[in-house]
Amino acid sequence: MTGPRHDPDLIRPYVRTGGRVRPSRDVRLETVVIAASGGTETLAPDARRVMRLFGGGGRGGLAVADIAAALELPPSTVRILVSALMDSGHLTSPVPVEEGRPGLDLLQEVLRGLRELV
Amino acid sequence: MDSANWSDGPAPHFLAPAVTRSAKIVVAGAFGVGKTTFVGSVSEVTPLRMEEPITEASVGVDDLRGTPNKTTTTVAMDFGRIHLLGDRLVLYLFGTPGQTRFRPLWEGLTEGALGAVVLADTRDLDGCHEVLGLLEEQRTPYSVVINVFPDAPRYPLEELRQALALDPGTPLTECDARDGRSCVYALITLVEYLTTRHAPASLVEPRS
Ligand SMILES: Nc1nc2c(ncn2[C@@H]2O[C@H](COP(=O)(O)OP(=O)(O)O)[C@@H](O)[C@H]2O)c(=O)[nH]1
Ligand SMILES: [Mg+2]
Repeated sequence: MTGPRHDPDLIRPYVRTGGRVRPSRDVRLETVVIAASGGTETLAPDARRVMRLFGGGGRGGLAVADIAAALELPPSTVRILVSALMDSGHLTSPVPVEEGRPGLDLLQEVLRGLRELV
Repeated sequence: MDSANWSDGPAPHFLAPAVTRSAKIVVAGAFGVGKTTFVGSVSEVTPLRMEEPITEASVGVDDLRGTPNKTTTTVAMDFGRIHLLGDRLVLYLFGTPGQTRFRPLWEGLTEGALGAVVLADTRDLDGCHEVLGLLEEQRTPYSVVINVFPDAPRYPLEELRQALALDPGTPLTECDARDGRSCVYALITLVEYLTTRHAPASLVEPRS
């Protein structure tokens, strides 16, 4: 059924995220995650949708923003879902989390990468 | 409520397995200034869209009860991405409307961002002030890039710098948002500026 009551957007964000209102770790829109391990049977529907997107893993990573776009979920919700899935070991990040302001080292890498394009 | 009934659309574009780092730049500016065009010109995937419902208190001047009404607005953000350095690094570009009323959204967006490219149109320079104010409030460094539309008046950059009340060091350049190369140059200008801003501090506090 596709009545308005079934519109996922009408389900309040805190319901979707199992009551969490903020990510338990520093998960940003550009944080990259890959599928790790763990059964998905016990996961809540939205968390299961995230895991299903990865199709069991081995296909590469996605950033939080990519997941939000693919599942049509608000990015704030996906940040919380992803942090919970990292806590439970379902997702892992191949990218070290860089806290705070970006360092000079990252800026220089991005600059080098962009210069290679032109 | 079985999630299996929700269609999840086509499979997403996965990142290259070699990716070990990610970074983000915000592309901000008033409505119609060319943000989506800019993001699309640089991105290797068709820009994707995210929607964030935000609740805002709306107090109308004709609201005699004086109680703020809560309304929910959906703010759309386009983003694109590009792999760099032989796929080791992925750069995300987020195009965002710069209204102050979307402040809650901006916090999540600018957190961890390298910086912002603020697009401006000489026909609506005032449209930029709100964006510049927000970025300054959030201490996000930015460059300003005039997206040159054919029917827009051209002014010397020095005049524009004054009109926009930019700091002397803030980069101000022009681009054609439809041209990928032009957009990449705009990004290079921003990141060059960011590295120079960073340099003095890094001499005092060497990173291990
Ligand atoms: N002539 C010209 N048109 C542009 C340029 N950039 C964007 N446009 C057009 O301006 C309109 C608004 O651009 P868009 O990227 O959607 O603006 P946004 O609202 O900031 O995302 C679109 O019709 C674009 O095709 C440009 O550099 N030159
Ligand atoms: Mg747009």
